[in-house]
Amino acid sequence: MEHFKVRRSGTLAKRSQRTMLGFLVRRILATIPVLAMVALFVFFMLRLTPGDPAAILAGDNGEPHQIEAIREALGLNEPILTQLTIWLGNILQGDLGESFFFNKKVTELIAMRVDATLSLAIVTLIITLAVAIPLGVLAAYRHGSWVDRLVMGFSVLGFSVPIFVLGYFLIFIFSVKLNWFPVQGFKSISDGFWPFLHHLILPSLTLSVIYIALIARMTRASVIEVLNEDYIRTAYAKGLSNMVVLMRHALHNAAVPIVTITGIGVALLIGGVVVTESVYNIPGLGRLTVDAVLGRDYPTIQALILVFSCVYVVINLLIDLSYTLLDPRIRY
Amino acid sequence: MSKKTTILAIALAFCTSLFAANPVSAESTLRVVMHSDLKIVDPVWTTAYMSRNYGYMVYDTLFALDSNLHVQPQMVGDYSVSDNKLTYTMTLRDGLMFHDGAPVTAADAVASLKRWGQKDGMGQMLMEYTADLSAVDDKTLKLILKKPFGLVLDALAKPSSNVPFIMPKRVADTPASEQIKDHTGSGPFIFKEDEWKPGDRTVFVKNPNYKARSEPSSWMSGSKAVNVDRVEWISIKDHQTAVNALLAGEIDYMESVPHDLLPLLDADPNVQTAVLNPLGNQYMYRMNHLHPPFDDVRVRRAAMWAVNQKDFLQGVIGNPKYYKECAAMFFCDTPLATDKGAEIMMRSDYEKSKALLKEAGYDGTPIVLMHSTDLNVLANLAPVAKQNLERGGFKVDMQSMDWQTLVSRRSKQDPPGKVGWNLFMTSWQSLDILNPIMAAGYRANCNKAWFGWPCDTTMEVLRKAFAEEPDPAQQKAIAEAIQIRAMEYGTHGHGGQWLDVTAWRKDQISNVPNAPLPVQWSISK
Repeated sequence: MEHFKVRRSGTLAKRSQRTMLGFLVRRILATIPVLAMVALFVFFMLRLTPGDPAAILAGDNGEPHQIEAIREALGLNEPILTQLTIWLGNILQGDLGESFFFNKKVTELIAMRVDATLSLAIVTLIITLAVAIPLGVLAAYRHGSWVDRLVMGFSVLGFSVPIFVLGYFLIFIFSVKLNWFPVQGFKSISDGFWPFLHHLILPSLTLSVIYIALIARMTRASVIEVLNEDYIRTAYAKGLSNMVVLMRHALHNAAVPIVTITGIGVALLIGGVVVTESVYNIPGLGRLTVDAVLGRDYPTIQALILVFSCVYVVINLLIDLSYTLLDPRIRY
Repeated sequence: MSKKTTILAIALAFCTSLFAANPVSAESTLRVVMHSDLKIVDPVWTTAYMSRNYGYMVYDTLFALDSNLHVQPQMVGDYSVSDNKLTYTMTLRDGLMFHDGAPVTAADAVASLKRWGQKDGMGQMLMEYTADLSAVDDKTLKLILKKPFGLVLDALAKPSSNVPFIMPKRVADTPASEQIKDHTGSGPFIFKEDEWKPGDRTVFVKNPNYKARSEPSSWMSGSKAVNVDRVEWISIKDHQTAVNALLAGEIDYMESVPHDLLPLLDADPNVQTAVLNPLGNQYMYRMNHLHPPFDDVRVRRAAMWAVNQKDFLQGVIGNPKYYKECAAMFFCDTPLATDKGAEIMMRSDYEKSKALLKEAGYDGTPIVLMHSTDLNVLANLAPVAKQNLERGGFKVDMQSMDWQTLVSRRSKQDPPGKVGWNLFMTSWQSLDILNPIMAAGYRANCNKAWFGWPCDTTMEVLRKAFAEEPDPAQQKAIAEAIQIRAMEYGTHGHGGQWLDVTAWRKDQISNVPNAPLPVQWSISK
């Protein structure tokens, strides 16, 4: 009998692993048409957008014959379908193309910038989670009190203040007036941990405010819902402390929507970094995107959108997978 | 030592290592914010100002313009012109070296001029008049003309895009249609390609082998001695951020400050603001001669009577300290300055405008006015023009777009509408339009002309006469005729002169050169 139980449980585990593997394979395969559609959409959108990279490259005083020569050299005179075929062919060979402007491979440009954006995103995420979840739990625990109203008030403010306004405000106070933090720039962690952090504190704070507001609200709502469940009453009846009930029982069971919104928040960070990187002059992927769009640098824009799409897809996949860890009832 | 103490010591050491920054270098680094980011490191391939500015760091020129607008020898030591003005013999100075240690030779100069002559408008004209350009020996080059060309030295000293920079022959042999990949020059700075991060920073170090001239620095001529070890061009796109960085002392020098942010800098006693280019810039409005209604000279002149310089300058610059109404197409206070024929640009006369439109039979079709929205110094021009043109009897369809879209669209010859256009406005640096040959707006050779494509034989004859005239007094007379013709025919209009303001930390740097371009030689830190 015992032997049968072990075999049965082993079979279940294997079946579960197989279904999880199947889910993973299906999800990864599903990304291919998604990315293909993104690629086609971006390619055609760019060609429909007004603007000519050749005219921009030639400079403000560029003559018509110079523009024509550049257009020819860049292959922009080829039929659109020919351009598309060449681009897709290069992508299949792992070549994202060469920037029109910098005479450098787009992958090289992205590699130069990814450090700054990743650092900004990670520090922002750490600040966000460290502040938003305790605030949300506190607001839920003191539901209806002045603490709750204060947290919700901050939340509304966090949503309402545009990132660039907050950014300039913080720069004016903490950089220009108090001289505590640099106005702009980025230092890699290889330049030392303190210079790295010193340059990232203000941008990360600026960027995190909107996500703190978002996640604190979601945490509060989820925890309030869970606090009304029977098992919470049971936990209190067992004599557990407030902290244990809140953190171990309530927060754990409210985790799925919080993780979902955090995941979406991470994906939205990609949009947020564009503004933050501009205000704080951080040479990251956000600024590269803006520069590429303004310069109609087609290969760079196309590559960046593909990279961002991949990030979205991977984050969504990770969120889905995390559900199985947070709630054992969820299986794929 | 107890176990607890050991753990504490290790933790302390770890934290110290985390927070320790890299050792501070003793070298002096000048931190500069230019007006834009450097994208193309071939100043002959593109006309972009940033590439030109980069060129002045890395390369040198045979001749250069001084602050009196006189041509001075720069890399050239001695030169002579034959009595018939057909042969120019130039000898390079002793000791000139490229960054790789190779001597600069006449063959390098010849190859560089030939490449430049394929791209630049003034260079192309010089080459058309050239029978032979060759190296006589390692240090001497000879230019033989087919017929007199009065602007040989002006062309070789051309200060703005494209500048005839001298490169090694192996680099200059690159076809003009391709960008160069080797950035060896002989200028005062060496470009650090390995430290170049496009969109972030461009790094130059002092060229230890640069042989500066003994004459004092004067605009692009004279000594280009370098007093700092390193220059970093930091790309800060946002003007407010750049101003904040200057106030906080994080940067030393800002090439161009928007006029509305100047009060912030003027209030700081550690910051110096100054106009380094006294000639400044000129607004230009350009009509499309290919399509109605501006294919009719009367309608072009009606538009010119409708707008006026003062409204443009007040609408964009605002502070009279930084603008000037000026009747001279080739800039006030220059040798070719004249106010002949300029009344039409200086004041609005709406009745004359309406009368001309009536005479021309203007049917009220709205003219497509392209409005650039993203550059401070251009954004308000089109709305001002729209208001004045409407008062002058025009109907105006003002279409807003970013500058890069405008730059692309202005090259389209399609009929006005969603693709083509009727009118746009831009700004020129003085160094680009000091005479009617270098200034693209006067070319009136139809489809080969600058955007707008004017087609006027009289103007072309006058320009040719100017190019061939060696006597400055005669040149001035022809320039006057050209200005009058430009107004009669309406090649383009002059929207007023305005000044750029540069700012730097006077507690951190000194000896900022008084040059019309943002150059960093002679600055001490």
